[in-house]
Amino acid sequence: MTAKRENLVLVGNGMAGIGTIEQILKLGGAYDITVFGSEPHPNYNRIMLSYVLEGSKTLNDIILNDWNWYEDNNITLHTGTTVTRIDEESKQVVADNGLSVPYDKVIIATGSNSFILPVPGSDKEGVVGFRDISDCDAMLAAAKQYSKAAVIGGGLLGLEAAKGLVNLGMDVTVVHLMEDLMERQLDRNASSMLQAELERQGVKFAMGKQTVELTGEQRVSGLRFSDDSTLAADFVVMAVGIKPNVTLAKESGISVKRGIVVDDYLQTSMQNVYSIGECAEHRGVCYGLVAPLFEQGMVLAKHLCGSETKPYEGSIVSTKLKISGVDVFSAGEFLDSPEHTVISSKDEWKRTYKKILLKNNVIVGAVLFGDVTESANLQKLVKQGAVMTDEIYTEVMGTGCCGGGAKKGASVETMADEEIVCGCNGVTKKAIVDAVTEHGFTTVDEIKACTGATRSCGGCKPVVEQILEFVLGDSFQQAAKQGICGCTTLSRDEIVAEITAKGLKTTKEVMNVLGWKQEEGCSKCRPAINYYLGMINPDTHQDEKESRFVNERMGANIQKDGTYTVIPRMYGGVTTPEDLKKIADVSLKYDVKVVKVTGGQRLDLIGVKKEDLPKVWEELDMPSGYGYAKSLRTVKTCVGSQFCRFGTQDSMGMGALMERKYERLDFPAKFKMAVNGCPRNCAESCTKDIGIVGNDGGWEVFIGGNGGIKPRIADAFCKVKTDEELIEVCSAVMQYYRETGNYLERTSEWVERMGLEQIQTVILNNEENRKELAARIDFALTQVTDPWKKILNDNSTRTALFEETRL
Amino acid sequence: MKMATQTYTIGTVQDFLLQIGRVVVAGNMELAVFRTSDGAIYALENRSPHPKGGPLAEGIVSGHFLYDPLYDWKIDLRTGEVQAPDQGSVVTYPVSLSGDIVTVSL
Ligand SMILES: Cc1cc2nc3c(=O)[nH]c(=O)nc-3n(C[C@H](O)[C@H](O)[C@H](O)COP(=O)(O)OP(=O)(O)OC[C@H]3O[C@@H](n4cnc5c(N)ncnc54)[C@H](O)[C@@H]3O)c2cc1C
Ligand code: SF4
Ligand code: FES
Repeated sequence: MTAKRENLVLVGNGMAGIGTIEQILKLGGAYDITVFGSEPHPNYNRIMLSYVLEGSKTLNDIILNDWNWYEDNNITLHTGTTVTRIDEESKQVVADNGLSVPYDKVIIATGSNSFILPVPGSDKEGVVGFRDISDCDAMLAAAKQYSKAAVIGGGLLGLEAAKGLVNLGMDVTVVHLMEDLMERQLDRNASSMLQAELERQGVKFAMGKQTVELTGEQRVSGLRFSDDSTLAADFVVMAVGIKPNVTLAKESGISVKRGIVVDDYLQTSMQNVYSIGECAEHRGVCYGLVAPLFEQGMVLAKHLCGSETKPYEGSIVSTKLKISGVDVFSAGEFLDSPEHTVISSKDEWKRTYKKILLKNNVIVGAVLFGDVTESANLQKLVKQGAVMTDEIYTEVMGTGCCGGGAKKGASVETMADEEIVCGCNGVTKKAIVDAVTEHGFTTVDEIKACTGATRSCGGCKPVVEQILEFVLGDSFQQAAKQGICGCTTLSRDEIVAEITAKGLKTTKEVMNVLGWKQEEGCSKCRPAINYYLGMINPDTHQDEKESRFVNERMGANIQKDGTYTVIPRMYGGVTTPEDLKKIADVSLKYDVKVVKVTGGQRLDLIGVKKEDLPKVWEELDMPSGYGYAKSLRTVKTCVGSQFCRFGTQDSMGMGALMERKYERLDFPAKFKMAVNGCPRNCAESCTKDIGIVGNDGGWEVFIGGNGGIKPRIADAFCKVKTDEELIEVCSAVMQYYRETGNYLERTSEWVERMGLEQIQTVILNNEENRKELAARIDFALTQVTDPWKKILNDNSTRTALFEETRL
Repeated sequence: MKMATQTYTIGTVQDFLLQIGRVVVAGNMELAVFRTSDGAIYALENRSPHPKGGPLAEGIVSGHFLYDPLYDWKIDLRTGEVQAPDQGSVVTYPVSLSGDIVTVSL
């Protein structure tokens, strides 16, 4: 009794077209479907060609819909067949082999072609684009025969091609017109970090070069640039861009600008003819990534099946480079201009960079380099046009330590069912939720096997995890009641309480008695417990070097090349000509690479060899400046009343006094102070853990400031009249922080977690309490020793820690 | 092409602090040598399998696992295998003890 079904013809057997057909099948669309594809293959995942080139996937691995799929779904497939015309009058689609098929509806999804530079020689042998399987095959073959390749274009595609060719053993130079790689997705900072990283991985670069000719006889032998310089190459990949494939549309009289012009329902200028994917131009934009085409496909499929749908209103795109060890991500707007508020942080040691752009406090774009765990989250926030809040800030800029990401699930809750979570594979939130509820899946891997989400670039993994967590609710929480790390379910407070109650003495004891899952803990809990033990029993605790991070163990900062930085103590930022002379002599003798003034007014001696460290300390004969420790770093001072015409208090004197008093004591995290002689605040108290400002009648104290990864302006804490009161208040604040802070938690986070008022109540409203806190810190301070001296006096540790054995 | 292995003496047990790595340089090769709390000694190439590389000797040792100092990857000292969710492996070299003398075969 089936009524005659309408004919739907799809031209283009690629990701956009087949994605739409899949949706139509799901919606039960009543069509007889015919598909034309120029390539001889069934539908495959084009973005994974980069992996095929790199060698980690085979062609078979990237097939999305195999031959059987077409058959099972009653789809007539013509591969190796190019459609040349759509005849509106006779309602026929005509192909190059003479085949013609009648249609009721047509979808044009012809994708793009590689843009080949129109320079002399670009038609020579050995010049290819990077677009489809045959290009990929050509590259694999060339790598076997030739050794020197040039890739023209430093965008996403060019870089992936270059890395693939390097992996195949070729000597590869990327030639780029601009000074910055991926300049359409990244800002200058991220782009130069990216270049450095790729150079480390063996890719060479020729930046700011315009290719004007490809030289050689029949086969290419080199490139010539506009500045007349040249580059030898016996194989050239052009990855300078793509050109929407509009030949068919043009031939058929359909309106075309850069791409095939479509409206918000993907309708072209010809009745019953739609277009989608890279060949389409919507509101003036042609997209070159997959996420938009799945969004378009969803709208078109519903439209063709007569279901109600919102119009397609454009996509916000994000980019992720698929090269292992090179994590870059960008979404939305990425270049800052005056109208943006920019939140950024750069860490040159870990080689990470993070930037978020706000416009009127709305998140409009983001760039990540090195650590892209927040990428999916940021992409979502940009898409939603979310307003920046303290919670979001903490979530995305957070310190990344354990226990931080407790309440992440909330944002996936509000996500629409149809929203695409995995852009690469077109998987919606609903598909993932269904996988969990219907099949009882509980891991990302199971969801991947079932829906394909996370299978390609992996950028969506964090969101998939959040959805999993959200759907499973309590049972997920149960499975992962978060302790301070994976070794325990106990929280910091529980651990501290147990240590005190049971009188535990060593990290080993703590872990044994409290039932650690991993007998000797991990890199997260061991340093934390070592700190808690020292804080609780300052006199008896034996510090465990093996439970300290490298910098603290070595008493100096390790740099990326494996050398170390030494910072001598300079109380209050004041030094003497004699000391400077000594520092200069030692720096010369040990061939220090750079002497730099730090942000905290001290001198960095950068580039000391590990085995020289003890000798450097010995010859400097100065106390350790603790630039590496979770401890009092520096007390920054201004000139103050000793010299400044505005100064009302002796900031240098007070700064030096404070630094001498509190140096060497362990804190939950690094600790910085500043003392100013008057409210002009030249030493910038507002970004310090404790900031002190002198005034006519005494001092004002600020706490919880931070200028680093999570900037925060300090809160006004109290005013005091005398130096003695000042020291007592500071002592009490520090000790209270030592006793209640989570390991690695800065005061900026601590003040927010505890509440300013709570800290004020404990310290200001209760004199007895304040005096006890101050007494406890004074006691702890009697136990500290200088780590440099200690090592110099301990020969065996000195050798074992600092000297390498040479055979 | 396989090179002949050679055995080198790299010191006595006391030269290696418990749970603290030590660098041993052999020709143009750098080893990170660790003594775990059960007294066993392991030698690995002193290079993180993370694509960005970096040293291993400065990591934190727990049981027979090492947490690399830069990226916190967890590595099995016995096999050199990186633990999930990360992937990779480090070259390990056989160590033997005779009395207090530690030797490694390269
Ligand atoms: C190496 C590589 C890596 C990529 N990496 C990413 C990535 O990481 N992330 C991302 O989002 N995107 C990536 N992309 C882009 C992504 O692959 C494309 O955006 C997507 O494939 C476009 O889909 P489409 O269906 O519009 O076009 P295509 O997938 O190109 O499909 C079009 C198909 O139509 C066929 N065709 C053309 N004309 C005709 C005709 N007249 N008759 C019959 N058939 C015809 C073509 O042969 C082709 O098979 C990458 C692309 C490449 C090449
Ligand atoms: S803060 Fe006041 S006292 Fe200190 S240098 Fe500035 S103006 Fe002078
Ligand atoms: S978004 Fe790339 S795998 Fe999901």
